[in-house]
Amino acid sequence: MKSLKLGALVVAGVLVSVPAFAQFDLTGKWASRSGQDAMERGPGPDPVDYLGLPLNDEGRARALSYDYSLMSLPEGQCGYHTPFYIVLGPFALHIWNEFDPVTARLVAWKIGAWVDKDAQTIWMDGRPHPSPNAPRTYGGFTTGRWEGDTLVTTTTHMKATTIRRNGAPVSDHATMAMYMVRHGDLLTIRAVMEDPVYFSEPLVRSRVWALDPRGNLNLGNGVASPCEPIAELPRADVAGFVPHHLPGQNPFVNELTEMYNIPVEAVLGGAETLYPEYRKKLTGYVPPAMCKRYCGCGGLGVPCIEDGSGVPK
Amino acid sequence: MTRVKRSGLAAVALVLAWSGGVAAQGRGGQGRGGDGASATAKTVAPIDLTGYWVSVVTQDWRWRMVTPPKGDYASIPITVEAKNVGDAWDPARDEAAGEQCKSYGAPALMAVPTRLRITWRDENTLQVETDAGTQTRQFHFGTWKRQGGSATWQGESTAEWERPRPARGISPKGGSLKVATRHLRPGYLRRNGVPYSADAVLTEYWDVSTERTGDQWITITSTVEDAKYLREPWVTALNFKKERDGTKWDPTPCSAR
Repeated sequence: MKSLKLGALVVAGVLVSVPAFAQFDLTGKWASRSGQDAMERGPGPDPVDYLGLPLNDEGRARALSYDYSLMSLPEGQCGYHTPFYIVLGPFALHIWNEFDPVTARLVAWKIGAWVDKDAQTIWMDGRPHPSPNAPRTYGGFTTGRWEGDTLVTTTTHMKATTIRRNGAPVSDHATMAMYMVRHGDLLTIRAVMEDPVYFSEPLVRSRVWALDPRGNLNLGNGVASPCEPIAELPRADVAGFVPHHLPGQNPFVNELTEMYNIPVEAVLGGAETLYPEYRKKLTGYVPPAMCKRYCGCGGLGVPCIEDGSGVPK
Repeated sequence: MTRVKRSGLAAVALVLAWSGGVAAQGRGGQGRGGDGASATAKTVAPIDLTGYWVSVVTQDWRWRMVTPPKGDYASIPITVEAKNVGDAWDPARDEAAGEQCKSYGAPALMAVPTRLRITWRDENTLQVETDAGTQTRQFHFGTWKRQGGSATWQGESTAEWERPRPARGISPKGGSLKVATRHLRPGYLRRNGVPYSADAVLTEYWDVSTERTGDQWITITSTVEDAKYLREPWVTALNFKKERDGTKWDPTPCSAR
């Protein structure tokens, strides 16, 4: 009888110690390793640069009305991006998990905040998403499940905000999925944002991080993101003042065309522009003779054009 | 030994075999976890990569859909030596030398806007063709040995499947393809002449995921290591969407411009 009890104990012990099906440990600090989107991630996109975005006409019109000065309004300074910003922004990820103290089962994964992105909780305990009429937050409501070695998440209930820092919009009807897979010390996340209001097809982007305890977490702890708004512009605290561009009056529409010879139709985005066959519409394109700004050779210790002056420094 | 004791020990053995033993299969290459000596990479494939796939260029559009200006090295951790080579980029010289395909080598090819046609060339060789530049990559599983000879744009690629670790006696579906590519003919990481050397090594992980809508995607996590021209590994992730058929397949030659 003692042997039977011993066997039962071993069975219970092993079942508790074996991880849930195929799951990876995602906890830790993950430093950005993506050799992509340097300008969007660093200095920021130009005011009218919707290249690679599947905007529909309504999304394009909304984007063109955006004025960067909106961020200076006190009520606008604490407006975060959605969790999609994980695959856009420049910072490291801080991921940890929480367990039920009684059952020791995984309850949630947590992804820490950045200066302009709310913390995100990925519920793993099977709870349902809230009612469609429930309030929205910038972080939204996220559930997750394992498919093989991939953590698949679904996010709903996000506030309307921007999908790119230059004001390209995403609505509060949008939903998001993430596919998180780990290969050794690399973490790849593919994010898919569907927005029936402003996109004509889902926006899909990927990014890679490397496990690194020295990852740049921004704001020190990578857990929370406090925000203290202040008036930054002389007119920004005048009641009712809203920086904007009226239809047809955005002064930056032709900026990318003048700098890079890219047709304005491509600059304004759209699903058609995302596919290889669109290159046939670019046959008249001739690249500028030289890179004139943000040329990506900073830190080499040699003259490099980095500041938009067009002069190597 | 009493029958009760034997039962207890049998239970312990069963559990240990179920948890540790099975889990120890872990990741593996061709044949592991398959059905014996007859298993091939094709028969044990944990994911199906075959079919037609298309680049969806939502990232680095200005550096991929069009040729960026000379001297634009954004996003690539180049060395000073690479900058010197890039600053001397001359597409007319490449055309005159018959080297229009320098930016279609394996370390750059998957970032070129293209369609992929993926097929099994034989039981242990997965073939990836692109219509842009009409290039062909071959991923060799198992005991394949390199053939020797001159380095090529697509180099020589060895491949293995990676599988989720079984747990509680259950083997989850899915997995990844890991590909290592060496023996490359020197070329460009980007069409505007950012170089990679003959010693460059490309490591890729190919993952497949299916969306809520039923759309299937390949995500390639790619790392290029090149001590001569890169200060640190250049890491990217690229996405391809599955297409119903090959009706949009449109072979076009390499272009240096």
